[in-house]
Amino acid sequence: MSIAAKANALWEYANPRKFLATSERVMPFFWITSIACIVIGLVWGFFFTPDDYKQGSTVKIIYLHVPAALMAINCWLMMLATSLVWLVRRHHVSALAARAAAPVGIVMTLIALATGAIWGQPMWGTWWAWDPRLTSFLILFLFYLGYVALWEAIEDPDTAADLTSVLCLVGSVFAILSRYAVNFWNQGLHQGASVMRAAAITGTDTEEKVSNIYFYPLLLCIIGFVLLFIALVLYRTGTEIRARRIKALLARERVNG
Amino acid sequence: MIALLLRDLKLAFRAGGGFGLGLAFFLIVTVLVPFSVGPQSSLLSTIAPGILWLGALLACLLSLDRLLALDWEDGSLDLLATAPLPLESVVTIKALAHWLTTGLPLVLAAPFLGVLLNLPVPGYFWLVISLLIGTPAMSVIGTFGAALTVGLKRGGLLLSLLVLPLYVPTLIFGAEVARLGATGMETQTPLLMLAGITAATIALLPFASAAVLRINLR
Repeated sequence: MSIAAKANALWEYANPRKFLATSERVMPFFWITSIACIVIGLVWGFFFTPDDYKQGSTVKIIYLHVPAALMAINCWLMMLATSLVWLVRRHHVSALAARAAAPVGIVMTLIALATGAIWGQPMWGTWWAWDPRLTSFLILFLFYLGYVALWEAIEDPDTAADLTSVLCLVGSVFAILSRYAVNFWNQGLHQGASVMRAAAITGTDTEEKVSNIYFYPLLLCIIGFVLLFIALVLYRTGTEIRARRIKALLARERVNG
Repeated sequence: MIALLLRDLKLAFRAGGGFGLGLAFFLIVTVLVPFSVGPQSSLLSTIAPGILWLGALLACLLSLDRLLALDWEDGSLDLLATAPLPLESVVTIKALAHWLTTGLPLVLAAPFLGVLLNLPVPGYFWLVISLLIGTPAMSVIGTFGAALTVGLKRGGLLLSLLVLPLYVPTLIFGAEVARLGATGMETQTPLLMLAGITAATIALLPFASAAVLRINLR
């Protein structure tokens, strides 16, 4: 199949019926592999890796913190992409997928913030610091809240989809701006990105890279979280599609009866 | 365009409300701060630039839900949308009128409230400059929020929830200018960033506001 044909095949999922059929076929795979990855990764990480020589066993919260933080950001990017698809091509499934993803993103952001606080208490001696990374996650959380609140507030589904999509676009720009503003405003406690730095992996510098002992279970957890996210979004999108159908059926009944 | 601006200004002055309300709110917030943190003048002068910025921001926020809602209710927004004037210009004029009736008075009142909070002497100049540059961005961003929530029955609280995160960069750089200025330090970098944000929002955001307004008027 050529690339163009493949791209066309992707658009077929704009048909809710086809989307539901396929997502139901692939969902068990995502559920099983994601849960398997997370369980194996967590058990491996918690019980079969040594304690860090400085941080002790608290280092192991990394297996929840890093994947959740990763997905919190990627979820917003996914919402941005699906919002764009909705604005350009008017595929309802796309708008509903964005709506379905937002609460998942909220939960991921909360997990990242909570695990960070639990780790920060013994390590930094404080539950919360106005560090740039922490602060920008809090701001991201506020953006998610506004987005979900706007969806809930508007009755007409198409208007809601349009308005939230524009909010998502504008919000993305401001979220990035806030990230840099916050960086400027306060220097941080949080360490830099140390999980997947190319230079660290190829060995050109050895400082501040998460050691391989921790890296493999962590990778497993990240894969697990990605798959879990996909499964949750597929599931929730299916629910949204069905809710929309029920509403349409009820409306039709009211007209006929 | 000028006719529209004059109409909005006249409405704001004659109908009262919005014009004085924002200023009174700004005054009350500033007066309440010493009650909550204590009257030590050293503490007050440290937090004065931030408090004044926050007060101005909240006062600005307070007046946003009237920005488009009144025109929506009496139907003049529909007329404006069908007028030969592009909706982008209408939105820009609305933001300008909002700034003239809310932002500018706040800027002018800020130094007097600075006296109440014992703002250090070099801070006055930078406070006024930063507010002068920052408040137009607040009006433009607020217009976007007002356009998003214009059709809603109880949009006020939702409007705050949507607009406040968008105010974060403006607040950070604006308060930074005022704070650095009050302590007599170099303010060029945050000032340029603040001006950049204001210029970019004025240039780009009216398109988003107009798009959102078209969706709401559909």
